[in-house]
Amino acid sequence: MGSTAHDREGVGRRELIRRSAALGLVAVPGMGLLSACASSGGGGQSKAKAGKKTAKNPLGVNDTAKMEFVLFDGGFGKEYAQDAVKIYEKDFPKATVKFAATQKIQSTLQPRFNQGNPPDLIDNSGAEQMDMGVLVGKNQLADLTPLLDAPSYDDPSKKVRDTLRPGIVEMGQFDGRPVWILYYAYTVYGVWYSQKALDSLDAEYPKTWDEMLQVCAKAKKKGMAGWTYAGKYPYYIPFSLYPMIGKVGGREVLDAIDNLEPNAWKHPAVKACFEAYYELFKKGYVLKGTPGLDHIQSQTAWAKGEALFIPNGSWVENESANVIPKDFDLAVSAPSGIDGSDKMPFGTIWASGGEPFIVPAKAANPEGGMEQLRIMLSEASSKNFTAKVKSLTAYNGGTSGIELTPGLKSGVAALQLAGSNVVNPRLQDWYVQLEKEKIGVGALGEMMAGRLTPAEAMKKIQGFADEAAKDTSIKHYKHQ
Amino acid sequence: MQHGKYRFIVGFLAVPLGLYALFVVWPFIQSIYYSFTDWTGLSPEFKMVGFDNYKRMLNDDIFWKSLQHSLLFALVLPIVTISLALFFAFMINVGGRRRRGGPALTGVRGSSFYKIVYFFPQVLSIAIVALLFQFAYNPDSGAINSLLRGIGLDHVQPLWLGDPGLALWCVMAVLVWSTTGFFVVLFSAGMASIPAELYEAALIDGASRATTFFRITLPLLWDTVQSGWVYMGILALGAESFAVVQIMTTGPGGPDYSTTVLVLYVYQKAFRDGQAAYATTIGVALLVVTLAFAAIVMRLGRRERLEF
Repeated sequence: MGSTAHDREGVGRRELIRRSAALGLVAVPGMGLLSACASSGGGGQSKAKAGKKTAKNPLGVNDTAKMEFVLFDGGFGKEYAQDAVKIYEKDFPKATVKFAATQKIQSTLQPRFNQGNPPDLIDNSGAEQMDMGVLVGKNQLADLTPLLDAPSYDDPSKKVRDTLRPGIVEMGQFDGRPVWILYYAYTVYGVWYSQKALDSLDAEYPKTWDEMLQVCAKAKKKGMAGWTYAGKYPYYIPFSLYPMIGKVGGREVLDAIDNLEPNAWKHPAVKACFEAYYELFKKGYVLKGTPGLDHIQSQTAWAKGEALFIPNGSWVENESANVIPKDFDLAVSAPSGIDGSDKMPFGTIWASGGEPFIVPAKAANPEGGMEQLRIMLSEASSKNFTAKVKSLTAYNGGTSGIELTPGLKSGVAALQLAGSNVVNPRLQDWYVQLEKEKIGVGALGEMMAGRLTPAEAMKKIQGFADEAAKDTSIKHYKHQ
Repeated sequence: MQHGKYRFIVGFLAVPLGLYALFVVWPFIQSIYYSFTDWTGLSPEFKMVGFDNYKRMLNDDIFWKSLQHSLLFALVLPIVTISLALFFAFMINVGGRRRRGGPALTGVRGSSFYKIVYFFPQVLSIAIVALLFQFAYNPDSGAINSLLRGIGLDHVQPLWLGDPGLALWCVMAVLVWSTTGFFVVLFSAGMASIPAELYEAALIDGASRATTFFRITLPLLWDTVQSGWVYMGILALGAESFAVVQIMTTGPGGPDYSTTVLVLYVYQKAFRDGQAAYATTIGVALLVVTLAFAAIVMRLGRRERLEF
């Protein structure tokens, strides 16, 4: 046999290499990323035996069981949690605690949920947050009611539930009584500004929209824009817009919006507030170029004094600490209303929990996870958190005796002014896609950039909301 | 010598093919399987739902928009990038004028410098490139608008990534910038293997630069161009486009869905919305698109191999 016959038979070397190279190229962008083996789920792990319930150990933690705690290592760092872990180790010297802090919550923990051996306590936060609605819907979380009904760490005569700030317990509920999530940080949303800049305009924080427009006009004369916002993430606008809608039309309007009720977005209060915000654009009170700025860029422009007001949350003080000048005198206010006929008083503000902590249903030592949370909700731990990361916690109090930064002090004052007039719109945790991508980017951002009129934006959002209400692939929730 | 040939081949290929099957083929099969379930990605429980995900996909406006953008990427990016790269490579290697006493064939003045400069973006990771351009596109204090102001164009201050009409083109420009250098080097290497006497003969016949390029360089480089084309198309459909869209754009994917692409949508459905099964369905659609793209390019580009 000669070599010619050889080549004609079968697949030639060149051809083989060519074909396999082509196959390999095609495979590159494949969907291999989704290959986590869902079907190989094991039978889960064995539970730790419960310990004896005593006055010092009301949750009945097994004092020799291992406790595993995974924290989101984000803007708040990990020191506060490590300090709390030390207390746990002191209280249960025979127990071992495995503590880990990561930004990759989803990539590290999703496979463990799928295999049925999740850790005992998780701070499910950050960009890689696991969808809470799905976790609840698939019975992956433990009910935290035993924790809430346990005596608090500081005062045995008071239940944990009674030491928390308004809205915390409700936020942890999805439908019905069980509480699935405990939000540890407490965020104040609103309109953030420099008191110094406002003073230099010889103005007070405006309570009505006419006053708001006057202040903006004054600022414009001085070469300062009235507003800026995170143009690339327009879902920051609701931080001041939603409580304004609540103030103008009452809580029911916000509840109807959250419940995805038909025509909820056509309410006159929504119309009035949309038109008010649109006026900011029409009158040229929004910093030029804002729609192309991300949150950091807009905060930087605002900190440099290019714009007076920015809708944001209390994390801004920490996040922009390196660009906010020393004499900035950071302050937050509840949103301005329309006029005197608003349903709720000035001071109505959006405040709610952040940093959602969960105890998985299939955790080996759920009592340990809850006990760790109980420790974190003590006054000492809460103070430690506030002092270290400049944020309030779910614990109602814990601000006396430590020095508060200007923004934090202003946040505490705003909460005091609000009293019980704290609203808590839920779209951003119930329907993430609807809130961020559709309402935020698809409509509010477009309206504030002048590409949609308020009427068009309302119609578009109502369409999005109706779509979401009909969508069977997402779980629906209602205000209780 | 024919005896034992297949055993010989199998012996060598078993391990790589096994790895390939385990880490590439098997995930594909799994993904296709999951696309027929209602798996959330957050719990091990799921059930079969037949073609529900596919029906939903066909009625999903965002899916169609993403598909449209992905196809535009796969069409425009290779054309622009490869044309630019061919032009640069040609100028660097053969486009120069003959200098007294030098070789007949030479690049433009300073070509060795350009060769290195073009390759720079390739050294940076795509995430860093995207971040850099995000700053450049900043309408308030970014480099581009500052430059426009600097030359007196105060009234021309586009929103770039904030403008639905411009955003997609801004993203594409970044991808062109970051990938052209690689193809310049690839094509330079290809051109180096073209015998110089062919060029010399053309020069003696008085061929212009354009004629030289279209009659000699391009035909002899065709194989390289074709694989470059497939490679670029796959970059445009896959990882690179995901990175720039995810990092740079409004939302990401906006404003108003003007930059969303299939890979981004897969990611959002799987990791934001907890709908892994639906995400795999879109992934299957992406697979079909990618295969079709490769097949079309291979077929259109088929021609006789020139031996030299």
